[in-house]
Amino acid sequence: MPVVLKNGSKTWQWRDRKTEWLNWLGWMAGAIVVMYCWQMIADRTNWSFVQDAPRQAANMIARGIPPRWEYMNQLWSPLWDTLTIATLGSVIAFFIAVPVAFLAAQNTTPHPIVRQIALLVIVASRSVNSLIWALLLVVVLGPGVLAGILAIALRSIGFTAKLFYEGIEEIDQEPVEAVTATGASSSQVLSYAIMPQVVPTIAGVTIYRWDINLRESTIVGLVGAGGIGIQLDASINTLRWGQVSLILLVIFITVFISEWVSAKVRELVI
Amino acid sequence: MTKAAMSGATTSGRSWSPPPFIKNPWLRWGIISSSILYLILAIASVNIDPARIARGLERGRSLFQAFLQPDFFTRGSDIVSGVVESLWMTVVATAIGVFISIPVGLGAARNMVPLPIYLVCRLLVALSRTFQEVIIAILFVVMVGFGPLAGVLTLAFGSLGFFSKLLAEDIEEIDSSQVDAIRSTGASWLQTIAFGVFPQVLPRMVGLSLYRFDINLREASVIGIVGAGGIGSTLNTSLQRYDYELSSAIILVIIALVMATELTSSWIRRRLQ
Repeated sequence: MPVVLKNGSKTWQWRDRKTEWLNWLGWMAGAIVVMYCWQMIADRTNWSFVQDAPRQAANMIARGIPPRWEYMNQLWSPLWDTLTIATLGSVIAFFIAVPVAFLAAQNTTPHPIVRQIALLVIVASRSVNSLIWALLLVVVLGPGVLAGILAIALRSIGFTAKLFYEGIEEIDQEPVEAVTATGASSSQVLSYAIMPQVVPTIAGVTIYRWDINLRESTIVGLVGAGGIGIQLDASINTLRWGQVSLILLVIFITVFISEWVSAKVRELVI
Repeated sequence: MTKAAMSGATTSGRSWSPPPFIKNPWLRWGIISSSILYLILAIASVNIDPARIARGLERGRSLFQAFLQPDFFTRGSDIVSGVVESLWMTVVATAIGVFISIPVGLGAARNMVPLPIYLVCRLLVALSRTFQEVIIAILFVVMVGFGPLAGVLTLAFGSLGFFSKLLAEDIEEIDSSQVDAIRSTGASWLQTIAFGVFPQVLPRMVGLSLYRFDINLREASVIGIVGAGGIGSTLNTSLQRYDYELSSAIILVIIALVMATELTSSWIRRRLQ
């Protein structure tokens, strides 16, 4: 225990001198890096705009309250589109992710090379944000809901497949051995010994991803891929803050409900 | 199992089928049929324009070809400056986010503070977690203008919700006997926090800040699309100018960067634990 002599009496200290110094150096180095980065950002910032920011914010809020309620009539259809993007995107991702996960899991993969390919698919899908997928798909498919659905699906495959295959790798081997011992074929082993163990994981992860997808589907519209983001972009560009605040409120409520639904369903299946 | 069910199963050869996932048949078929109905309605509402897709496929092919031959060098300096800016934003925003999260996370833990403070902090967390970074970025761009500062503010706000929530959950689950022990020595509230609470949550917090650094870097490469600085704005410009070779180079750089930080941070986190 680190103890120092202070005025002739022993005093307890948290750390000894060496750790104290190392700690201090670590903090110093971190602070220097952060300050340097901050300096670089400050150089690229137009500070006269920033000085104006409080006034801008006050203006935004003043014009956003109260929300323009009658605009709600035009929001139902984009809201439905947003829900469609999230749900169909999750459904497509589910149908692709399940086989990919079984190919990627160590205990169910047919061949190590197939496993590597499946892992590559997962990593590639996870590394590209859904907004970037949406940007690319809008170029190919044109603006609309379809591009949004595929963007969400492509991004979700990696996320869900990764959690699925980790779930598959964690299963209990005893039922698998028991079913194999009865002379079952490998597809029978899959459906009677492996599937029952992973269905709760798959269901839970899918519904969790659906919840995330609903949030993401609110923004793919900003690059033209359908949903409520299109209205948000248009309202901001025309400075209609009453509409913006209504859209933000609608998103907040939708996300709140979806989070509740997803939590309830996960509670039931797991 | 009842006798009737057993005898019913044995009359014509033994057969067994696994029990259904949802036991109540009304609920089961209700859920199945309403999901099918919903899916049909949803698919019907997606209007697909085959003519536009046919035209798009041509562009898709040139996009795909460009992706096979990314051009890293013609505008190499733009890529480098965008990536570096994304990194600056990530570093500053993670640092600010973690610092603000400490008081907010304390305030959002029910066992630490009185109810009014708890509710205010929870509301802040809920607001930050509900909205996508991109939406917050748009609002900050309107407020402080185009550039990396809007990005820093966005990412710091996003980190606030993520970090405070996890910190609060951690603090709510700490071992209260240690806190009691510190308090019984006559420590003030601040000393109790510093010596009784923080040592218990610190190891996980270090891991989480690294994890959040990862997430912030991903987001920092995207929010540029709406004008909040970083590599995203370069990507958006290149797509609008049909300079697909540059776009593919940028996307590959983003993937490499994300993977590199993910590997580094998971390596560090494994060593810390």
